[in-house]
Amino acid sequence: MRDGSGVGEIFRDRWPRLISVLVRDFGDLDLAEEAAQEAFLEAAARWGEDGQPRSPEAWLVTTARRKAIDRIRRNKLATEHLKTLADAAERLPATASIDEDGPTPELVDEQLVVLLGCCHPALSHEAQVALTLRIVGGLSTEQIARAFLVSPSTMGRRLSRAKSKIRSARIPFSAPDQSTLVTRIGAVRHVIYLIFSEGHASTVSTQLVRGDLCDEAVWLAELLAKLVPDEAEVRGLAALVLLIDARRASRVIDGAEVLLADQDRALWDRPVIERGLAHLGAAHAQRSLGPFQLQAAIASLHATAPTFEETDWSTIVGLYDALLRREPSSVVALNRAVAVSYATGAEAGLALVEALSEDEGMANYPYFHSTRAELLARSDRLPEAVNAFETAMGSCTNEAQMQHLKRRHRCLISCHHSEIPYSEMRETP
Amino acid sequence: MKYMLLCYTVPDEVPTPGTPEQAAEAEEWFAFTNAVAQAGALVNSDPLQGAETATTIRLRDGETTITDGPYLETKEVLGGYYVLDVDNIDVALEWAAKIPLVRYGSVEVRPLLDLPGS
Repeated sequence: MRDGSGVGEIFRDRWPRLISVLVRDFGDLDLAEEAAQEAFLEAAARWGEDGQPRSPEAWLVTTARRKAIDRIRRNKLATEHLKTLADAAERLPATASIDEDGPTPELVDEQLVVLLGCCHPALSHEAQVALTLRIVGGLSTEQIARAFLVSPSTMGRRLSRAKSKIRSARIPFSAPDQSTLVTRIGAVRHVIYLIFSEGHASTVSTQLVRGDLCDEAVWLAELLAKLVPDEAEVRGLAALVLLIDARRASRVIDGAEVLLADQDRALWDRPVIERGLAHLGAAHAQRSLGPFQLQAAIASLHATAPTFEETDWSTIVGLYDALLRREPSSVVALNRAVAVSYATGAEAGLALVEALSEDEGMANYPYFHSTRAELLARSDRLPEAVNAFETAMGSCTNEAQMQHLKRRHRCLISCHHSEIPYSEMRETP
Repeated sequence: MKYMLLCYTVPDEVPTPGTPEQAAEAEEWFAFTNAVAQAGALVNSDPLQGAETATTIRLRDGETTITDGPYLETKEVLGGYYVLDVDNIDVALEWAAKIPLVRYGSVEVRPLLDLPGS
């Protein structure tokens, strides 16, 4: 929504709050969504002519509540369920109480409640992601469908199945017990991280980076950090997505992926890096270390290194060690091997990579084969490196990554023919 | 809202009768059932005899087949159920987490279908 009324800017900010209030009042997600949508449409039409009301938020809440009650009345003859809703609507506080100036402070918690509800563990991860983008992010079903390359009707079904489970199994949109709150916030972090991962290195798209999803994940991560500022891992997640997303402009050039070593650091978004570092600082102040903070700390060392060569590799290796102790994973071990190869030497890194070759999932993971290929090349074992690049290309599903692999493959073949040891050559892009 | 808590057990992992482990678990079951009843959440509950006592019947194309054993031969078998009447799924899940067999089996939480007029 971009227009002269200022509704576009307000939409982003107020949508989740408005939905939260409506879900709390009416207990029905569909009704809340429809009423909020109608209220924004009316705002777009009215504010353009009459100008913005004194308190846009209160105006939106009042209008949306009226729309919701209208809808209930229109459907009143339908079912018992709606009658109950109508009764609830009649019992609402008088609108006068919310027509005061400025945002109501209690609304902040309502936003968290809606986030927690969308990420309820009784819903599948797919449903949690879709609902969070729809209900909290305010994306349309079509936009979400496009982001995940499924048809709008498939996404529509996914959303309506989720909403129907919320209704029929009575998944509450209310503050959970203090005892489960920490776990439930963990589920929200996971969903935001899933959205970011898909945006950062798309598995379904020909594009490598889905900027729309990265934007959404960054916005959600910062929203969550605002809602629970004292949760160290929430801050860690915000730091992580910001620090990685700051490199976005340098990651794909002419349709080919550019690896960290060759990225133009002048293209990195400094203000975004600063925001990430601020979250990381706030996280550390909580003195409760976790995996997101460790990953963010690694990302911060990359983000602040003046050049690739000046990166603090030995500290990065130490951070990967700490991460592995908490969450053993082959992917983390692979990244650690790369850090070791720069801290100690290519052969040391290669030995660690070879040790992972039997691990589950590595055989079909293109990054495992391309990492192995690079380390073989740096160890002057070019024929094997060429073979490893070919294996990587065989399992690669992303077009930008494929372009990069093809280019490296060609480069190594020509190096091999020139008989100059690869380790003595500088790559010319 | 009413939920059925379907308790799936793993016969190999159930403590052997006569052992202190079994006595301790029996105590836990008793305490759990008491607690839901006292909270006013219990509608009813029953344990089932073992899956080896199950018989399954099907009618296909007018022909009845009766077979020995449960509907599906799986590691986890239905061992009993609770029907609870609670506010929402969070409360149902909170109770379900206290059922002793969640440690080795699993509990499926399903809302009952409210038939109109019933």
